[in-house]
Amino acid sequence: MSSPSAVAEAVGAAPDPRPRRAFRVPRPGYLVTKLAAAAVSFGVTLVIGFVLFNVMPSDPVRTMTRGRPVSEAQLAALRVQLGLDKPIWERFFDYVGNTLHGNLGYSWEYQQSVASLTLSRVGPTLLLMGTSFAISVVLGLWLGMRSGWRAGSLFDRVTSSTALTLWSVPTFWLGMILLIVFSVGIGPIHGFLPTAGMSDPTLPQTGMTHYLDVARHLVLPALTMVLVVYAQYVTIMRSSIIEEKGSPYLLTARAKGLTDDAVRRRHALPNAMLPSVTMIFMHLGGLISGAVTVEAIFSWPGLGDLTYQALTIPDLPVLQGTFIVFSASVIIMNLLADLAYRVLDPRVRAQ
Amino acid sequence: MSAAQTATEPVHAEAPAAAPVPPRFAAARRFARAFRGRPAGVAGLSILLLFTLLALLAPAFIGPDQLDVTKVNGPLLAAPSGSYPLGTDQAGRSVLLLLIWGSRESLEIGVLATVLTVVFGSAIGIVAGHFGGFVGRALMHVTDWFIALPSLPLAISLAAVLGQGSASITIAIAVTSWTATARLVRAQTLAVEARPFVERARALGAGNWQIMLRQVLPNVMPLILVSSTLTVAGSLLSEATLTFLGLGSPTDVTWGEMIHDAFFGGAFTADAWWYLLPPGLAILAVVLGFTLTGRAVEHVLDPRMENK
Repeated sequence: MSSPSAVAEAVGAAPDPRPRRAFRVPRPGYLVTKLAAAAVSFGVTLVIGFVLFNVMPSDPVRTMTRGRPVSEAQLAALRVQLGLDKPIWERFFDYVGNTLHGNLGYSWEYQQSVASLTLSRVGPTLLLMGTSFAISVVLGLWLGMRSGWRAGSLFDRVTSSTALTLWSVPTFWLGMILLIVFSVGIGPIHGFLPTAGMSDPTLPQTGMTHYLDVARHLVLPALTMVLVVYAQYVTIMRSSIIEEKGSPYLLTARAKGLTDDAVRRRHALPNAMLPSVTMIFMHLGGLISGAVTVEAIFSWPGLGDLTYQALTIPDLPVLQGTFIVFSASVIIMNLLADLAYRVLDPRVRAQ
Repeated sequence: MSAAQTATEPVHAEAPAAAPVPPRFAAARRFARAFRGRPAGVAGLSILLLFTLLALLAPAFIGPDQLDVTKVNGPLLAAPSGSYPLGTDQAGRSVLLLLIWGSRESLEIGVLATVLTVVFGSAIGIVAGHFGGFVGRALMHVTDWFIALPSLPLAISLAAVLGQGSASITIAIAVTSWTATARLVRAQTLAVEARPFVERARALGAGNWQIMLRQVLPNVMPLILVSSTLTVAGSLLSEATLTFLGLGSPTDVTWGEMIHDAFFGGAFTADAWWYLLPPGLAILAVVLGFTLTGRAVEHVLDPRMENK
């Protein structure tokens, strides 16, 4: 028999008898099933997008030319140009073909292809989301671990109720409050952060000054996102730690004489991470779309702001393009969540 | 087998179904006592009662003249004062009255969207759970597809296509939130259908509809009610978000519309915090109220949740 610590290690961190680092690529069968499911999901998204934007609007040409004097002949010409005179199934196949070729249509307002429009907005969204996501995950998981470990303590109660309150706040309203306090300035506080955009156009757009400028612009939108998002991670981590807390392998770890801190970090944390990681990936896709209001308030030039601008016009091709990009990102993230879970949890891998 | 036995003696088998009334009230009393032991839940319920009362009584002391932009005569964007406890908006309307009136329409949209969500989600969930097989799997696939769709962009697109107004917002919220209820109800339906009394009903010749409506639904109901309080909280937030993005009707008075007007209508640049702060706090209070109440009921119904 091996030493007790090795047993505890194996039971605690990985019930797999093989060495802990053993990494197995998921069976191709599993991968293929998941990929097929993702492809079907994307197909359904396309159908819903088509119904939403091409079947439901009664007359897109009228919406497009709203407020401008146009003759009936011009309207008819526009309909032919947009392919609206073709039968519906032909339009559907055109639409699917175009989307799969990366052709998302042509914006009415910006007079630009939707694909290039969305592509130019992906970077800022990823920057904002990436920053706030990383901070929320670290903050949320750490707070969740601490408060779950000492459930019922003062620290736990303060953390949990703060998280619950912040979750109940409308994101955009919180953003406005932060904007008023930190950038417009109220009472004794002088606004010191920029109100809108991603960079100051008067400064050079390259080099260190530019990066610092972007970072300064990033503070408020990222803070708003973090404050609303981290609460979910606290809740998830807290309940999974509580679930693990009663497990016998922790008793073993304590019986070995490990400190409370070591038991928590080396034994409880890895197992409690599993459900959290899945949830985090599931949220990651939604996070990108959650940025719509934040980007709108801070005029952050990302996909969310583009959606908002398209909405006020309304510019249906752009809305459709962002809808498809958002859906695709959610589907990809869910796929990654499934695969990551399999890699992380040997029990699922064995199934 | 007991099912076969009861089938031959239908008269005796009916007896336990006609549950005597007193135990039901005893359960309600027990529930009330357990609920009172949760201060957070009581606080949440009090907030909800307060806002419901305000919303119901609002027409008694707020006339259309006080909300009509063309008829009010207050100072424009004035800070809080004696006659206007929360100040006024850009048109000279009292923010306090707008706030109270807003609770009517905001709660109405939130509750209506939740009713749609719960009815549709429960119907799908029960049918999917009851029929299993091809129908059940197909329904669950459809549910999964909807879960995979990003809810806010879908709601935005739907409301944009349907046009401005509270009706399209309500529909957009319902379309994006029924999936959670459907999954929950399906799981519970499967659990209920595995219990002997459903088998007994089937042996007595109950049809699919009778089993779903008379046996499964009453047993799934408590769970549906609990989850619906949490759904209302989510619906209120979605309503505020969609209205803020400009999808609401500009003539309606809702909390989301107030924040929209405050942000895009100049109150923001004029530092009029008294116009911006109250609607957000009201949303926060009501969402928190629904969440706290829902959680407390959840804990009372399921003591295993105690330490979560």
